[in-house]
Amino acid sequence: MLKALKFRQVSRTRPLKSVADQVFDRSVGVLLIIIFLIVFIPLWYVLMISFTPLGYKDGSTLFLPPWNWSFEAYTQLLGEATFMQATLNSLFITLLGLTINMVLTVLTAYPLAYKKLPARRIIMTFVLFTYLFNAGLIPTYLLVKNLGLINNYLAVILPGAISVYNLFIMKAFFQNLPESLEEAARIDGANDFQVLWHIIIPLSKPILLTIGMFYGVTHWNEFFLPLLYFNDKVMMPLPVILREILSSSGMSEYVESNAASAVSQESLKMAAVILAMLPMLVVYPWIQSHFTKGVLLGGVKE
Amino acid sequence: MSILRQSSPVENPLTDELRANSISLNKNRFGKAFWRYRYLYLMLLPGMIYFLVFRYGPLYFAQIAFKDFKPLAGVEGSPFVGFKYFQDFFNSYYFTQILTNTLIISLAKLLFGIPPAIILALALYETAYKRLGKVVQTVTYLPHFLSWVVMFGVLLALLSPGDGLVNNVISAGGGERVAFLTTPQVFQAVLVSSDIWKEMGWSAILYLAALIAIDPTLFEAAAVDGASRLRRIWHISLPSLTSVIVLVTLLRLGAILDAGFNQIFVTYSLPVYSVSDVIDTWVYRQGIINFQLSLATAVGLFKGVIGLLLIVVANRVAHRITGSGLY
Repeated sequence: MLKALKFRQVSRTRPLKSVADQVFDRSVGVLLIIIFLIVFIPLWYVLMISFTPLGYKDGSTLFLPPWNWSFEAYTQLLGEATFMQATLNSLFITLLGLTINMVLTVLTAYPLAYKKLPARRIIMTFVLFTYLFNAGLIPTYLLVKNLGLINNYLAVILPGAISVYNLFIMKAFFQNLPESLEEAARIDGANDFQVLWHIIIPLSKPILLTIGMFYGVTHWNEFFLPLLYFNDKVMMPLPVILREILSSSGMSEYVESNAASAVSQESLKMAAVILAMLPMLVVYPWIQSHFTKGVLLGGVKE
Repeated sequence: MSILRQSSPVENPLTDELRANSISLNKNRFGKAFWRYRYLYLMLLPGMIYFLVFRYGPLYFAQIAFKDFKPLAGVEGSPFVGFKYFQDFFNSYYFTQILTNTLIISLAKLLFGIPPAIILALALYETAYKRLGKVVQTVTYLPHFLSWVVMFGVLLALLSPGDGLVNNVISAGGGERVAFLTTPQVFQAVLVSSDIWKEMGWSAILYLAALIAIDPTLFEAAAVDGASRLRRIWHISLPSLTSVIVLVTLLRLGAILDAGFNQIFVTYSLPVYSVSDVIDTWVYRQGIINFQLSLATAVGLFKGVIGLLLIVVANRVAHRITGSGLY
C-alpha cells in the first residue's frame, strides 16, 4: 500500500514517457539548441573580433582563448572624445525623450481608458487616424524646419513624442485595472490627478517598464532623424558615429588608428558595435519578464 | 458654476451618466459634463496639442504635392500644378522599379518570416527542458531591440568578403567569397534573412501566447486516443494558430508598402540601389538630397493614401475572419 502510494507520487512528478516521446523531446531540444546557435553565434563572433589582438595568428576566430583577449579596442574607443561625445548625446536624447514620452503617453492614455468620458470616441478617432495615415517624410520635415527645430535635440524627440501603438497598449492596460480602488479614492475626495498618481501609476509598473523600454530603445537606436535634422557633427548620437566607424572610410575621422595603433580596424569596429548595444544588454534582462504581457495587450483590440 | 448647478435637475448618478453619453446641444448640460471631467480633459490637453501639431500639422505641408514648391515663395505662394508630380512619378521608369522592390522585399519578409516564428513558438511550447526554453527565449528576443546600425555591424562581421564568418565557411568549403552587401543578386536575400534573424523571436511571442491559450484537455484527450506528439501538433496546435496567422498576415499586408526603411537605409549602397531602393528610401533621396520636395511629397502622399486603404481593408477582413483586428 505504502509502496503503491509512493509510486503514484513519483509517477505524478515524473510521468513515464514512451520511447517515441523521449525521441520527440530530444528532437525538440536539438531544434532549440540549433535556433539558439543561429542567433548566438553572430553576436559571439562580433564579441570575439572585438577582443582579437592586432596580428593574432589565426585572424578572427569563434574560439579565441580568454588568455588572448585584448581590451585595447575598448580602451581606445573610450579614450576617443568623438565617441564619448556621441555616447553622451545618445544618453541625453534617450533620457529627455523617454521622460517626454512617458509623461505624455500616461497623461493621454489614462483619460482615454475612462469609458464614460464624453467625446471619448471622437478623440479616439482623432488619434487613430494618425496611426493609419501618414502624410510622409517631407511634410514632417518641412513642419520641423518651419518650427525652427533644425539643429535642436527636440527635432528628434517631439515628432515622435507619443507612439499611438504604445498609447493603445497603455490604455488597454489601464482599462483592465479594477475600478473599485479608483472609486474608493474618488469617494475619499481625490481628484483625477491624485488617482492617477497614487493609485494607477503604482499598479502599472509592468506596463510602464515595458513601454519605457520600447521608447528608450527607439531613442537609443535613433539613426535617421539626427541625420535628417542635425547639421552639426558634434550633436550626432552614437548610431550615426557607429555607422561612420563601420564604413571604413569614415574611420580615421573618428578614431585615430594610425600605424602605431595596437588595435586592428576590425576590432575597433566590433568593439564600437558591442559598446552601442551594451546599455540594451544591461537593461534588457531586467525588463524582459514584462514584455510578453505588453506585446499581447497590444494585439488586443478595445 | 453655481448657476449651472442650480439649473440642473436633481443630482442622480444614473441620469448624470446618460447625460454625459448623450449628444446634447444643451450647453448647461455639456458644460456640467465638461466640468465634471475637467481634470481628465486637462490631462488630455498636452497630448491633443501634440497630435494636432506634429501629426496633423504635416497635412498642411502635404499640399505642396499639388504645387510647384519653391521654398522662397512658401507653401501658399507656390503655383498650383494639380496632379503633375503624381503623373511624373507614374510615368517614370523608377516607378515600376521601386514599387517592385518594395513589394518583393515586403512580401518575402512576410512569407519567409512566419514559418520560423511558428516553429520557434512550437518548440518553446513543446520542450521538456524548460530552462533551455527560457534561455532560447531570452536570446531570440534580444535582436529585436538592437538597432539596424548595430545589425549592420553584425552583418559586416558575418558577410564581409575579407574575414566574414559566412565567407570563411564558404571558402573553407571550397567556394568563392561573395560580397553579399554589394552584390545585387544576393542583396535582397540578405535583407530578408537578416530581418528574419532579428525578428524571429519577437514574432514568436504572439504564436506562443496562442498555444498557451489552448485548452490542455484537448491534448490529454488526443493522447488518450493514442495520438503521437507530432499528430497533436498537426491536429490541435497548428489549427489553433490559424487565426493568429491570418491576423498577422492581414495586418502585415496592410503595411505592405513599408519594406523596412531603417534597415535598408543603413544597409544599402550604390551598387545595390537597383534591387533595394524602396518607396521610402527613394522619397528621402529625391526630397532631401536632390531637393525635389514636391515630387517626393507626392510619392509619399501616394504611399500614405494606398497604405490607409490597405490597412482599413485588412482590418475589416481581419475582423470578419478572426473576430479581432488592429483597432
